Amino acid sequence: MVHVNGEAMELSAGVTLCQLLRQLEITTRHVAVELNLEIVPFERHSECILADGDKLEVVTLVGGG
Amino acid sequence: MATELESKQKTLDAGVFQVGPFELSSRLIVGSGRYENATVMKECLEISGAQCITVAVRRERLHDAAGENLLDFIDSEKYLLLPNTAGCYSAEDAVRVARMGREILRALGNPGADWVKLECLGDSKTLLPDPVATLQATEQLVSDGFHVLCYTSDDPVTARRLKAAGAAAVMPAGSPIGSGQGILNPNNLRIILEYLKDEDPAYPVIVDAGVGTASDVAQAMELGVDGVLLNTAIAHARDPHRMAEAMKLATHAGRQAFLAGRIPKRLYATASSPEEGVVATHPYPRGN
Repeated sequence: MVHVNGEAMELSAGVTLCQLLRQLEITTRHVAVELNLEIVPFERHSECILADGDKLEVVTLVGGG
Repeated sequence: MATELESKQKTLDAGVFQVGPFELSSRLIVGSGRYENATVMKECLEISGAQCITVAVRRERLHDAAGENLLDFIDSEKYLLLPNTAGCYSAEDAVRVARMGREILRALGNPGADWVKLECLGDSKTLLPDPVATLQATEQLVSDGFHVLCYTSDDPVTARRLKAAGAAAVMPAGSPIGSGQGILNPNNLRIILEYLKDEDPAYPVIVDAGVGTASDVAQAMELGVDGVLLNTAIAHARDPHRMAEAMKLATHAGRQAFLAGRIPKRLYATASSPEEGVVATHPYPRGN
């Protein structure tokens, strides 16, 4: 079980961050991912294997002033 | 061959200004929030002539993430994006959001990755900044290599502390965010300009927040600020396209008027036409 943007999700063992984002249909070019309060640079998404209890924040840009 | 007048006009260009590592061609910085829809936003950004656009960082939708994204409407090749930390109430959160914004812009290849508009709020009703948290976040972000543009109140002492902490620009509010009240305390802005530009005339001071209409922008520019950052005044105008044009012109007009130097205010009139040779009788003795 991992938490993505505060939402609990079941993941099979060994799933990478890259695979999770693809599963959620998220365009990786438009987001930043924080794993347990540390940014995971986009170049490392495919080698980042998620573990039980991980807390992820996936953020993007929206309109703002 | 250029006439003398033409070459004079060329030198009248209000010019670019430097903030951190960037040379901005427009002194108007506009936000991308609160528009009726993304198409209106895109058109208004274009009309405003702004080169730099502020954006906010928020959680991605986990369902329907493949839907519309702001970046489908803002050409990141064309605009310099300035991510903000809007909505943060602590230095810790602001630093965290700034790092997220940097990563998004880095992935996009946008040159704005290493700068941030820092907002550390202290109160949800006024959206006034928390000066202590703003200062702490500035110190942290500067040590992380960010060029920090600090949203702050119009307090000259705080402004001076933020500059001393390494802020790339200090951005006092004219009045509360989104309030449209304009420049409430021009004297504080004058003092900020005097303090921050003393022996450092190029140091950027940008009015951020509170602008309601074009005359507010012109007033700020006439005081000598380097730029104005606004959002709601365009986005919520009855005709946003027309207001975007008005803001562009007001920025230019205000800058030119500042450079030109206004005449001093006097209590009594001084005639613009010669007083000699007037074909009329004077009803009162001279001097009354």
